[in-house]
Amino acid sequence: MATTETLDHAQEVSYLGAKKGIMSWLVTIDHKRIGVMYLASVLATFALGGILALLVRAELWAPNLVAGDELFSADIYNRLFTLHGLVMVFLFIIPSVPAAFGNFVLPLMIGAKDVAFPRLNLASYYVYVIGTVMALYATIAGGVDTGWTFYTPYSASVSGPVVMMVMAAFVLGFSSIFTGLNFIVTIHKMRAPGMTWQRLPLFLWAIYATSIIQVMATPVLGITLCLLAMERAMGIGIFDPALGGDPVLFQHFFWFYSHPAVYIMILPGMGIMSELVTVHARKTIFGYRAIALSSIAIAVISFLVWGHHMFVSGQSVYAGMIFSFLTFLVAIPSAIKVLNWVATLYGGSIQLNAPMLWAMSFLILFTIGGLTGIFLGTLATDVHLHDTYFVVAHFHYVMVGGTVVAFFGALHHWWPKMFGRMYNEFWANVSAVLFFIGFNVTFFPQFIMGSQGMPRRYYNYLEEFEIFHKISTSGTWLIGLSFIIMVVYLVRSLTSGEKASANPWGAKSLEWATQSPPIEHNFHEIPTVTEGPYDFPKAGGK
Amino acid sequence: MASETAQGSFWMPPEASTFAGDVDALFDFIYWLNVFFFVAITGAIVYFAIKYRRKSDDQLATSQVGHNTLIEAAWTFIPLLIVIAIFVWGFRVYLDQSVAPDGAYEVKVTAQAYAWSYTYPDGRVEQELVVPEDTPVKLVMASKDLLHSFFVPDFRVKSDVIPGRYTTVWFEAKDPGEHIVFCTEYCGSGHSAMMSKVVVKTVPEFEEWLKSSGPPDGMSLADWGAQLYTGAGCAACHSVDGSQRVGPSWKGVFGSERKMAEGPAVKADENYLRESILQPLNKVVAGYPPSMPSYQGQLSDAKIDALIEYMKTLK
Ligand code: HEC
Ligand code: HEM
Ligand SMILES: [Cu+2]
Repeated sequence: MATTETLDHAQEVSYLGAKKGIMSWLVTIDHKRIGVMYLASVLATFALGGILALLVRAELWAPNLVAGDELFSADIYNRLFTLHGLVMVFLFIIPSVPAAFGNFVLPLMIGAKDVAFPRLNLASYYVYVIGTVMALYATIAGGVDTGWTFYTPYSASVSGPVVMMVMAAFVLGFSSIFTGLNFIVTIHKMRAPGMTWQRLPLFLWAIYATSIIQVMATPVLGITLCLLAMERAMGIGIFDPALGGDPVLFQHFFWFYSHPAVYIMILPGMGIMSELVTVHARKTIFGYRAIALSSIAIAVISFLVWGHHMFVSGQSVYAGMIFSFLTFLVAIPSAIKVLNWVATLYGGSIQLNAPMLWAMSFLILFTIGGLTGIFLGTLATDVHLHDTYFVVAHFHYVMVGGTVVAFFGALHHWWPKMFGRMYNEFWANVSAVLFFIGFNVTFFPQFIMGSQGMPRRYYNYLEEFEIFHKISTSGTWLIGLSFIIMVVYLVRSLTSGEKASANPWGAKSLEWATQSPPIEHNFHEIPTVTEGPYDFPKAGGK
Repeated sequence: MASETAQGSFWMPPEASTFAGDVDALFDFIYWLNVFFFVAITGAIVYFAIKYRRKSDDQLATSQVGHNTLIEAAWTFIPLLIVIAIFVWGFRVYLDQSVAPDGAYEVKVTAQAYAWSYTYPDGRVEQELVVPEDTPVKLVMASKDLLHSFFVPDFRVKSDVIPGRYTTVWFEAKDPGEHIVFCTEYCGSGHSAMMSKVVVKTVPEFEEWLKSSGPPDGMSLADWGAQLYTGAGCAACHSVDGSQRVGPSWKGVFGSERKMAEGPAVKADENYLRESILQPLNKVVAGYPPSMPSYQGQLSDAKIDALIEYMKTLK
């Protein structure tokens, strides 16, 4: 990509060294520093959620045959899985890609100096911190055992700091809205000359679609959670049948947000995929338009499918029919994207480095997650599979096999840009492969036990399911090991890694046109764009 | 893969209801479709990864093809047609699952944290669902407290059970035998113990059973009580070995002095225990939450007697 930047002059002071001291970070309005703070925070919450997952799986290692031989009591177990879900969804995955990588690379990618509202950006971070502290406080003050879905009437009647936890989710929603709003305006208003919509990197199309959902859907969650808090605190009967409320209404409200939220979680991961498969194969994206437009299509249709979480909630047969049909419609754009990424690899120059290995893991795991979704969108089979471990396996293949894998692909892809250093390639590859194996060992058996009838959210189970649980729990140790390795080589990279050049992968998008790590104002002069982000040369010339 | 077997298959539990086979046929179809697409996609990835692997640092791509209308149209419309076919198939089987035939034998199901009870047309209340084989049975379900969900894997039926609203499921069991019932809507500490059983009997055996009352043949009253302790869901909150759960342990309770949250202490005789089961809030044991559900209308007198007999044996 042509720019006015000259890359060979001496390294200048980067955003990391531009200002010194802890305060220079805490009150920064530099999108890059805010991105790094978000990155550190979401890595910490991921570690917390991961430890909770290890504990949940440890309890499930064996069934409790006599009273007292359990690792955790039912009440503790229920708090553990609830907290695991809440941490992973609200504290990790929703902010992960947009707030960490989106913040860092979005302005760079469009050739801007910062986001449109830098102060709002900093505010969004502190709102996130406040929400996190509230959630941790609720955990220490007894914890909640409602499941991350907060279904009424249980959540309205059970004792414990439910209101505090609900308010934490409410506050976190604002952080998400602020970020979304900021990104929409930035993409509309701050693109460098020549950066047309058709030249926008696909990562940004995905972030753009995500931001729209964040801004439109999150308020519904906020209102729902407020209604729940009002019912609990003031006895206003909205969901409780004893007070004249409707217990199923909560589920409609909740999923009206949370189904689109599933796309808040996956679309950014899809955006990352388009960057990884092109750059590390030196290949033009196959079907740029189809990928960009399918993100928008997903964003729109995702608002119309919430009822597929409720096929057995007593909704009418015809409501079930419509929701099932729309669910299949929204599946098509996702399938198209996967096929486009695979086709992109055709004829490429594929480097099997860490970002590419994570990208290939995504393709395989997300395919399994998506294909198994067909069983769940189909009415007759969902009746059997709903609320069993089949569902647990399915959404982990999508959320972890999709988004989390893409997140770590992005971490390895943008790491040299963010910190100006390379990491040990060998260990990075080992970690990626180990994760892939451990993930499948953990979650594949859950499909089988689920379709055999094992319900989810059970702290104890029948002996016939033991073998599946044992395999699954062993897999978590492999996953844990892969992350321990990752922490070691990334820390070593920060302290003693080889210096990264401005563009170590030979990528074409603008973030690689400035030095690594970038200077505080990103570019000396606003660059002018004359090419698309994936215009790689062909062997033997054009 | 699932086939017409009584033992079940690698993926699926036994097919014990008339429509289980239809559900499994669809499951199999989707399964093989998944296998096909998975192998195709993974195969392509592995093949490309080997064939186009970068061998030297300056190696460029040999193709820069950016789109191909024919291919893109094909992989949009072919999957679309396939999923529409699956949708139609799934909806038709679902209609069979949802709509009970006229004249089905009706049993009322009551869910309550953490037990199921079944009320028969003659008013008898049971902790196990006893049904005749080869007869359509329709369950009309409601919850007394939270959301629960009634799931019989062997029958491929599931429905949430909701307070203040009726939901239904129906099935026709194929052979005599026993099938597990799970609660699949999370309902708190006793959720994973909220199980029950469907017992399918031949029609003559079922009619015989309908006439009987009292403990099953050859079982003492105390043994029946022990069975009801788990069957009626008491085990979720009461231990019998002195250990702590939501409610007091039953070990040594009979005949002991009980301290009350309010009012004078009470001696735990038959009348007190009976009252504790039917109107638990009248006298709440000191140190415990008033969370014991009432079993009024859920347990017959004979069963309450059996439970009390059982408590007497726990010294
Ligand atoms: C949801 C939990 C729960 C379930 C299920 C439950 N109980 Fe209780 N039970 C309690 C609690 C809590 C108390 C103590 C408070 C009270 O006295 O009401 C209690 C008290 C009792 C007492 C008085 C015991 C004493 O120590 O004085 C009896 C008798 C009793 N339950 C019988 C039963 C029987 C029989 C069943 C099953 C049919 C059952 N309970 C199911 C929670 C439960
Ligand atoms: C990587 C390692 C992980 C492991 C081993 C793991 C394991 C588990 C287990 C065992 C459960 C409990 C199932 C039950 O009792 O019903 C669970 C629930 C859940 N997990 Fe994970 N998980 C992991 C990562 C994640 C991530 C990254 C997310 C992000 C979205 C996530 C989201 C959830 C959610 C939403 C639930 C449901 C909680 C609920 O039922 O309320 N998990 N996980
Ligand atoms: Cu339940």
